[in-house]
Amino acid sequence: MATETTYGARDHARAQDGTRAEAMPVVPAGDWPDPPAGVGPLVWAETVAGGNYTHRVLARGTELRLTDLRGDACAHLLLYAEGRPWERLNVADTVKVQWNAYLGEDRLLLSDQGRVLASVVADTSGRHDTLCGTSTLARNTERYGDGTPQSPSPAGRELFKLAAAKNGLDPRDLPPSLSFFQGVRIREDGTLDFTGSAGPGASVTLRTEQDVTVLIANVPHPADPRPDYVSTPLEVLAWRAEPTRPGDPLWDATPEGRRAFLNTAEFLASRGLA
Amino acid sequence: MKTVVPARSAWSSVIPEGGTLTITDLHGNQAVDFLVYDAHDTAVRYSAPDTVQAQGGIFLTTGSVLMSNEHTPLMTVTADDVGRHDTVGGACSKESNTLRYGHHTWSQHACVDNFLAEGAKYGLGKRDLVSNINWYMNVPIEQDGTLGIVDGISAPGLALTLRADRDVLVLVSNCPQINNPCNGFDPTPVEMTIGADA
Repeated sequence: MATETTYGARDHARAQDGTRAEAMPVVPAGDWPDPPAGVGPLVWAETVAGGNYTHRVLARGTELRLTDLRGDACAHLLLYAEGRPWERLNVADTVKVQWNAYLGEDRLLLSDQGRVLASVVADTSGRHDTLCGTSTLARNTERYGDGTPQSPSPAGRELFKLAAAKNGLDPRDLPPSLSFFQGVRIREDGTLDFTGSAGPGASVTLRTEQDVTVLIANVPHPADPRPDYVSTPLEVLAWRAEPTRPGDPLWDATPEGRRAFLNTAEFLASRGLA
Repeated sequence: MKTVVPARSAWSSVIPEGGTLTITDLHGNQAVDFLVYDAHDTAVRYSAPDTVQAQGGIFLTTGSVLMSNEHTPLMTVTADDVGRHDTVGGACSKESNTLRYGHHTWSQHACVDNFLAEGAKYGLGKRDLVSNINWYMNVPIEQDGTLGIVDGISAPGLALTLRADRDVLVLVSNCPQINNPCNGFDPTPVEMTIGADA
C-alpha cells in the first residue's frame, strides 16, 4: 500500500484494524474467544508477552486469573490501594502475619496498613515466591547482556518503573514484589532451592478486596539458573465478582485474617464505600 | 564514636564509604530493625529480595552484602558474633500488630513509627520504607513454609560490624515490640559505634 501521501499512510494504518497478535489485549474484553465458564462478563482479557508488562485498576470484588500458558511465565506483581499508593502490598507483613512464607490458595495479600488488598482464591501451580523479588537492570545486564525495556532481556524492575509511571508513581513507590509460577523453597540452612514452574496451564486467581492498582511484569524469575532468558506468554483475565464477606470461610479461616478483613471492612465503611 | 540507643528509640547516621558501623547487643536478644539508603540518592535503598537472591539465602552473616533495589552493594557484613540475622520479617507496625496480636496492641510503640519519625529528618516518608533487616532476630522457615519470630540466639555483648560500600544513610529502630520473643519481651538498649575506614 502506498504511503507516500497522508491519505495513503492513513489507509495503511487503518488497514491494520482487526489484526490479531499472540500477545495483546482484547478490547472489549467480552470479545475474548474462550471465556472461563460460570463467570460474569470479562473486564480485562490480555495475553502478556514474555519480557513485557501490563497494568490496570480493578474495582473491589474483581477476580483476576493469571495463567502460565506454556510453563515459562513468571508474573511479578505489585498492588496499591487505588488513589492511595502509600498503602501498598507489604510482602513482609504478608508472610509474617500469616506465619508462612509460601503463597497458595486462601492466602491474603496484605497491605502495610493491616488490611487486605487481595486474596488468593484458587491456585493450580503452587510454585510462587515472596522472597526473591524481581530482576534489575544491573542483574540482567550481568546475566543476559542487557536489561533495558527495549532489549531482548528486560528486567522486571525496569518494567515496573514504566508501569508505575503510567499510574503517577515513581521508583520510590516500588516495594519488594511477589511472583507467581516460578517457585523458591527454603532449605533448613536458609539457602534457596529454585523449583521452576509447575508446567503449562497452571493458573492462580486473585480476588480484589479493595479497589487496587495492579502492576504485572512477566519476566524470568531472578533465581532462574538457566543461562538463556526464558519467558513465555502470560494470560490475564478478570471479571466482576464479589469481595469476601462475613460468613465466607476465608473470612474466618485464621484469627489474623479475620482481623485483616474486619480492618478492611471498617475502613471501607468509614469512607462510605461498603 | 559510640552512641547508646535507648530501649524503644530510633537512631540514624550517614556512614561514609569505607567507614564502619558496629552494632552491639548490650543486653542480648534485642532486635535491631535496620534500613540503609544511598546517602546521595535515597531512591536507591536496601532491597531484601535483591540481597536474598544475590547471596542465595535468607540469613545474613559475615560476608553478606546488603544489596540495593538496583542490585548494587550498599554495605557488607565484615564481622558477626551471632551467625544469622533476619531478612524476611520486616518491621512491626501498629497496623500489623492489630492483625498479629489484636487491637489491644494499637497504643504500643512500633518500629514503623520510629522509622517514619527518624526518616522525616532526611525527607523520607512512608513510601521510602521497605522490608528491612532485623539484626539479632531469629526467624526460621520450616519445610512447609511456616515461619515465625522465635527466641533469639544472641547474648549480651555480641556484636556485628558493617562496612559502607558507598556513602550510606542508616536508619535504626531499636525494636519496641513486646508481644513476641524478638527481644525477650523486654526491649533493651543497643550501642552503635562508627569507625574510620576499614
